[in-house]
Amino acid sequence: MSEKTPFDGRRWHDMGGQDAGPVTPDEHDFALWEKRVDALQVLMSTKGHFTVDGLRRALEDMGEDAYEKYSYYERWVAAVNQNLIEAGLYTLEELGQRMDEVRARGDTYGEAASE
Amino acid sequence: MPHDHHDHDHDHDDFHHHGMSPSGHPYRADNDEPLSYWQVMEIAVRELLIEKGHVTPAEIAAQIEAMDARSPANGAAVVARAWTDPAFKQRLLADASAASAEMGFDIGGLRLIAVENTGDVHNVIVCTLCSCYPRNLLGLPPDWYKTRAYRSRTVREPRKVLAEFGLDLPDTTQVRVHDSTADMRYIVLPARPAGTEGMSEEDLAALVTRDSMIGTGLPKTP
Amino acid sequence: MDKVRVKSMMPPGHVRAPAYLRGRTGVIERALGEFANPELLAYGHFNGPKKPLYRVRFTMAEIWGDAAEHPDDTIDAEIYGHWLDPVPDTP
Repeated sequence: MSEKTPFDGRRWHDMGGQDAGPVTPDEHDFALWEKRVDALQVLMSTKGHFTVDGLRRALEDMGEDAYEKYSYYERWVAAVNQNLIEAGLYTLEELGQRMDEVRARGDTYGEAASE
Repeated sequence: MPHDHHDHDHDHDDFHHHGMSPSGHPYRADNDEPLSYWQVMEIAVRELLIEKGHVTPAEIAAQIEAMDARSPANGAAVVARAWTDPAFKQRLLADASAASAEMGFDIGGLRLIAVENTGDVHNVIVCTLCSCYPRNLLGLPPDWYKTRAYRSRTVREPRKVLAEFGLDLPDTTQVRVHDSTADMRYIVLPARPAGTEGMSEEDLAALVTRDSMIGTGLPKTP
Repeated sequence: MDKVRVKSMMPPGHVRAPAYLRGRTGVIERALGEFANPELLAYGHFNGPKKPLYRVRFTMAEIWGDAAEHPDDTIDAEIYGHWLDPVPDTP
């Protein structure tokens, strides 16, 4: 991409027609934590706390760097959390404290996910 | 483009090292891998929501179970029914959500449109803005459906993309690309393969691949 | 068939009209009814007015011009009514 091309308003996620490499037929089975993120998105939006549009808006606002760097459900958990914070369901203080507690339980997901 | 294919190759080597799951897909790092920042966030968010009464562990388990029950086999059953029952096929093309629900599939609020492949039309589904997919019928999308390459190129050079999937279409076939930009989701109704006359609905369903319902493949032949 | 042109405006933020279709002319394949506006939903406004949604069909020739892979191939996309201008038929 030429650095001199002026920005025309097309955002990074709006990919239709852009140049890209070959399609590689990758797939994987989803891990439990990924399924839980998916379930939280469905449940909390069904309950009316945010919409899939709010999820997409947060994902888009994370930027292209996040798309390249993090996995799909890593970006999703960040976007779900962003919407739940905005909906006022818990505070960043509560989240930060709880994340510290979770991390203190162990070094693997299995250990940390069970109190 | 900041897309480093060397890294992808490296990932593949790691997956091979760890082995493949029974479905033939690489395992994703989970319970035995070092805990990530994002996994910590998932646990913390889930616990806070449960403690504050916004969701119950039973609801989360039931939702995961419902998603796990959704798979391409559901779509394959719908396609096979359409191949064998002309009246059902008409109902499917008129309202694919109602037709799928009629077969007993729990598709929630999915608003589905079926697009039919014929002798001279081939349909293919993409979402250029994110990764919309008929997940309430077919389950979660494959990773490649969400990639920059598939999302970017399918609307500009669908024939080249399909060729990369091993599907070479003649010039006489019209390609119709469907970009899932809003509230609808799409499923391709592939053409029934030749040589399947007299086959049972169940045997026909076994020929219907996931990719044939996205449009990046064709049904298997008996 | 109703001819429409997708507006070429480029506002910032969450919109569902893809950039590659903006300014392009297509025909309405079918009307889908009224839906909540994603441009409001995305920012937490859940009770705004609904918008009509259409499936619009474009030819590859219209979108990509001479660079089209196969000019008669088509793209269908869902576009909300507030992104569409009518195009009068010119015989």
